[in-house]
Amino acid sequence: MTVKRLSLWLAFCLAAALALQPLAAMAIEDGYSSTYTYNYDYWGDVRESPDAYRVDQVLYSQTLGLETPMRSPQSLFAQGNDLYVVDSGNNRILEIHREGNDYSLTRIIDHADGAEPATFNTPRDVAVDEEGNIYVADLNNHRVLMMDKDLQFIRSYEKPNDSTFDQALNFLPNKINVDSSGRVFVLATNVNKGLIKYEADGTFTGYIGANKVTYDLWDYIWKSFFTTKEQRAQQESFVPTEYENIYIDEGGFIYATNTVFSEYDLLYDVAKPIRRLNSIGNDILIKNDRYPPIGDLEWVEQSQNDGPSKFKDITVLDNDIYVAFDRTRGRVFGYDPQGIMLWAFGTKGNYEGAFQGAISIEHMGHDLYCLDENECSITVFTPTEYGNLIYQANDEYLKGDYDKSADTWRELLTMNANYNLAFIGIGRSLVRQEHYEEAMHYFEMAHDRENYGRAYRYYRKIAIERNIGWVVAVIVLLLAVPFAIGRARKMKEEVKHYERTGLLS
Amino acid sequence: MSVLGFSAERASSDGRRAWWKHYGETLRYATHVIFRPFDGFWDLVHEKRGSLAAAHTFLFLFLLTYVLRLMCTNFQFISAPIQYINIYERAASLLLPFLVLCLANWALSTLFDGKGRFQDIYMAMCYALVPYILIQLPLILLSHVISYDEASYYQVLQSVSIVWSLFLAFVGLMQVHDYTPGKTIIFVFATVFGALVILFLVLVFFSLLSDAFGFFVSLYREIVFRLY
Repeated sequence: MTVKRLSLWLAFCLAAALALQPLAAMAIEDGYSSTYTYNYDYWGDVRESPDAYRVDQVLYSQTLGLETPMRSPQSLFAQGNDLYVVDSGNNRILEIHREGNDYSLTRIIDHADGAEPATFNTPRDVAVDEEGNIYVADLNNHRVLMMDKDLQFIRSYEKPNDSTFDQALNFLPNKINVDSSGRVFVLATNVNKGLIKYEADGTFTGYIGANKVTYDLWDYIWKSFFTTKEQRAQQESFVPTEYENIYIDEGGFIYATNTVFSEYDLLYDVAKPIRRLNSIGNDILIKNDRYPPIGDLEWVEQSQNDGPSKFKDITVLDNDIYVAFDRTRGRVFGYDPQGIMLWAFGTKGNYEGAFQGAISIEHMGHDLYCLDENECSITVFTPTEYGNLIYQANDEYLKGDYDKSADTWRELLTMNANYNLAFIGIGRSLVRQEHYEEAMHYFEMAHDRENYGRAYRYYRKIAIERNIGWVVAVIVLLLAVPFAIGRARKMKEEVKHYERTGLLS
Repeated sequence: MSVLGFSAERASSDGRRAWWKHYGETLRYATHVIFRPFDGFWDLVHEKRGSLAAAHTFLFLFLLTYVLRLMCTNFQFISAPIQYINIYERAASLLLPFLVLCLANWALSTLFDGKGRFQDIYMAMCYALVPYILIQLPLILLSHVISYDEASYYQVLQSVSIVWSLFLAFVGLMQVHDYTPGKTIIFVFATVFGALVILFLVLVFFSLLSDAFGFFVSLYREIVFRLY
């Protein structure tokens, strides 16, 4: 009887497990593994998180209706509702227009009327200014072309005729960007003095933001005292490295990425793979997190498929959140203006949402466009509810709407209980509402020492004021009791002395 | 019989009381040592003013303080990943180097006319830990009272405790062995080197031991395999 019942029970369990299995599988089968999106906690450990972005669609040559498929596309540029793709292998630039969620090819730009030569030779980058003028970094024609929106040639930026530029070298413009006043910034191969800067009228006015030369004391001693002149000539000299890519944000600051560094320098924030350059070329990126913005915090070792994150491109959203695109593991990292990682997602592979050859990233509003040079595809990412909540809370906080922002963070915590920024946001709002003890709890959850200390000082002040009677009583007791004991002892001795000798001491 | 038993009992209870009294005195002697180290360490060893029991107590308290400091200090001042900490491992990682350094110092100083026996060195080193205990234990409480802005007080006291203890260890070695300061400095470095040599020998010994053990295990397996 009991055995039968037991076996029946087992059979039921088995049946239930089998019935539920498709459900469990369904949760994973939408193509997103539970580790696709993640963040790092205070200890630098990976914490899985809900997806902040999901693939909306992937644009291929076919879906765009191209006769010749894209070959090794190198760069993206977004302006308004237009997306420009530099199809480097075919010497052309594709202009794609966005209408709602539909993307259609508007035109193919493959020449500039009136330029000599008119066609491009391995274009590497494109930029469009506010008037619609198009700039093309025409690598193998050694020029940056400027044309108006009807493709009429205006001007070309050539090799700087200046003693600071080694005239024996070819001018190889690789990445370009234009700021709001029409100044052109060029990142050229073989130039390590920083970005080449041209004024709006096309005159060369120097370099900005050179990488600082780095060498350590040991290198210096070795090279100065232990090598012969011939050896020294053969060795590479201490030269600054070149930037990988640049982006100009709304405020005119240049965001630059750097992929040449040693792993050791990264962890101690010497390498600075992401920089924000001001007009005199100093790095002013804010880093208020425990870890600098370097992408992944742990990796196996430097090899072709592993090693530190290498940011191929960077884009800055309108709310000053910057997003960098990592080639090593095909990942996208989002950081807030304080340098705190908001989310990281992506992986290597050849399915939707994975990348083989991450090369360029752009944004329209909050949507992200990721270009893969090997797959020749543009992946369109749109934020999920979770991702939108992060932006909303940030925006509300920047607007000064602290309490509303705290409510948004609370909503976010129901989706991801490991989100430090949410704890800090709620804590800040609680401090404003003078709920210090509760705020301390939230700051402790996020390991935020400074804010905790601030909340604690208020808490301590109130606690002391409330219990001032006790505090004074304890202090008085601590002083008075030993004093009284000492007095009593002395009197006892005097009495003894009197009894023994009959004299008052 | 009963009278004898009674008196014996009383004698032993007297002895116990005397032991506790001596223990208490040797504990209290630490305050003399830490404030007047030159005098204190000399008398500690040569005038028998210290006891091994007190030394063990200080060493135990030192390990306890170290662990408590990691576990109980407010997170504003120490960020120890509590979820990963094994307190026995942490304590052992402090105790073993301590003992190995004492051993290395004894081994070397015996060769170079140091006066101290191992027991003396151990006792002096344990007494040198007292400032660390006396400062760090209250600091744990203090960390819950002060805020992050006041961290400099905390840090100063922390460094004071360490510098004081190191200074005492130095003076202790000097007095125990009756060395000059210069000779003591040389021996501090020699001791560290000696400790490394001991570590190396221990590692070699254990790897050889495990090889030998492995040989007998495989021999046994072979025999069992042949027999059945």
